[in-house]
Amino acid sequence: MDFFFEVLIGGLLAGVMYALVAIGFVLIYKASGVFNFAQGAMVLFSALTFVSLLERGLPFWLAFVLTLAAMVLLALAVERVVLRPLVNRSPITLFMATLGLSYMIEGFAQALWGAQVHGLELGISDEPLAVGGMLLSSFDLFAAATAALLVLVLSLLFSKTRIGLSLRAVADDPVAALAVGIRLQRIWAVVWAVAGFVGLVAGLLWGARLGVQFSLSLIVLKALPVLIIGGFTSISGAIVGGLIIGASEKLAEVYLGPFVGGGIENWFPYVLALLFLLVRPAGLFGERAIERV
Amino acid sequence: MLYNEAGQFSTRYAQDRRVFRLRQDRHALLALLLFAFVAVPYLGNDYWFSAILIPFLVLSLAGLGLNLLTGYAGQLSLGSAAFMAVGAFATYNFELRVPGLPLLLSLALGGVCAALTALLFGLPSLRIKGFYLLVSTLAAQFFVQWALTKFSWFSNDSASGVISAPPLQLMGVDFSSPAGRYLFTLGVVVVLFWLGKNLVRSELGRNWMAVRDMDTAAAVIGIPLLKTKLLAFAISGFFLGIAGALWAFTYLGTVEPHGFDLNRSFQVLFIIIIGGLGSLLGNFLGAAFIVLFPILLSNLAGLLPAGLIDAGQVENLQKMVFGALIILFLIKEPEGLARLWQRFRERARRWPLRY
Repeated sequence: MDFFFEVLIGGLLAGVMYALVAIGFVLIYKASGVFNFAQGAMVLFSALTFVSLLERGLPFWLAFVLTLAAMVLLALAVERVVLRPLVNRSPITLFMATLGLSYMIEGFAQALWGAQVHGLELGISDEPLAVGGMLLSSFDLFAAATAALLVLVLSLLFSKTRIGLSLRAVADDPVAALAVGIRLQRIWAVVWAVAGFVGLVAGLLWGARLGVQFSLSLIVLKALPVLIIGGFTSISGAIVGGLIIGASEKLAEVYLGPFVGGGIENWFPYVLALLFLLVRPAGLFGERAIERV
Repeated sequence: MLYNEAGQFSTRYAQDRRVFRLRQDRHALLALLLFAFVAVPYLGNDYWFSAILIPFLVLSLAGLGLNLLTGYAGQLSLGSAAFMAVGAFATYNFELRVPGLPLLLSLALGGVCAALTALLFGLPSLRIKGFYLLVSTLAAQFFVQWALTKFSWFSNDSASGVISAPPLQLMGVDFSSPAGRYLFTLGVVVVLFWLGKNLVRSELGRNWMAVRDMDTAAAVIGIPLLKTKLLAFAISGFFLGIAGALWAFTYLGTVEPHGFDLNRSFQVLFIIIIGGLGSLLGNFLGAAFIVLFPILLSNLAGLLPAGLIDAGQVENLQKMVFGALIILFLIKEPEGLARLWQRFRERARRWPLRY
């Protein structure tokens, strides 16, 4: 039984890492209705920029600030070059545009900083920690704490600041928000910048875990089932979805994997998400679409 | 003048229902087919057949498969490569395990297997829509790749799941030379495109378009959604499966499951975006673009002084240009390259007059 709980908690903590990526999606989807496939590329870009700056001898905080500035610049460019000309197009068109965007960002990141694998040391030891008789990774605990902090900061941003108020207004009803004088385009830029910040945090944690390399951009594929289970429009949904995916993936690998030959964690989250969808087509926390002719 | 339809009257209903109503279209198509079947095998060399023409034809077919599903029926899919893989491995297994099965029949059976797989993963499409449907097709993508690598039965216990082409023989004629493989591919592609052209003109094709434009409205006017969507998945799977088998056997010769990964799905999706969603001609234009563009870019990079750009940078550059082109197309020409051809036709109709 101890083993079961160890796997379960390990999975839950890994799920937090998925949720970190998924939050970036939710922010953008809520504010602009764009399903941003480029979030993974943004994670890669930010982690690669950060680690390359660090390797050039910059102190930690300066590298962080510079990378954040780069993500803001990226957000401004995306709003100006991609979102603005595509305003009022169908969601599928916007999704395909972000596919193109992810190719561009990946190519740019690797052309700028090279394609080799960088190690990233955040100064947290990845040692197993004995908590109540179970072995837990201290790094995972740190990641979970970071995620909690991030969610706290985001909810403060949303509930206490003026820009957060306009973000919520846009998420609620873009047309009404336009009518009361909120500048939609500025909101898009802000939201992409915030998603870039979330991507940076996710990139640092994932980079410290896996090494900063191209496969970071593939975690977008891990985040997709998380989003589906949680619903596209809810940050708490992203967290819950991440926890569900993380825990069930690990449990399935341990208890189900041996029967089918292992390696099922690539597709298991998708099948799980599919089962969830068949019961609740808009995810756990998603808004139910009302269809009219 | 070039495209003047004046004076071409239909005197029978059969004439009105023709696939190509304009005489110019029919003649141009006939000339093109003659050129492709007769002249190209004499004119082309092995490099052209193996590196350009065969992948171009196969990718056009794959584009057609996805276009039926995404461009006509409006169901977004990122699992094209999975259905291609099913087609390839099923054809291989039919050839291997049923001795004496004609090649074309096992090709068709491979397509049917892919269609059944697509049908299975298309089942959720009635309940879930839009982006949520991506999950189903991505599940297909990852599951099929996992199953093909995990269970070595599919690849006849070969190392790392590699399969190699059965002998390409049709009624005693050997098609294994580059020109032969080209002709074989061309024949299959032409037949399937003819089928596709007729499909999208049929009742089913019109139902697809109604579902694409608004499925609630389509259901209200009495189009059976379940049947229409599932048929879109199955038929798209059939076309993709045959494209996958051709990709494995006439283009590459040997293939492993990894050759049908997510990037292949993206490639097929890009073909139909660049070529044009909901257009048959667009598949050819998009595939030509996808095949020729990397060759062009690496040739251009070769012209630069040596050492200025290394191979890795060319690849990065290619990715960036590709991404930029996708965005550019979506902004400037959302209907793709096929739209350019339509514009040309409009102009050719009244040339040399102004209007």
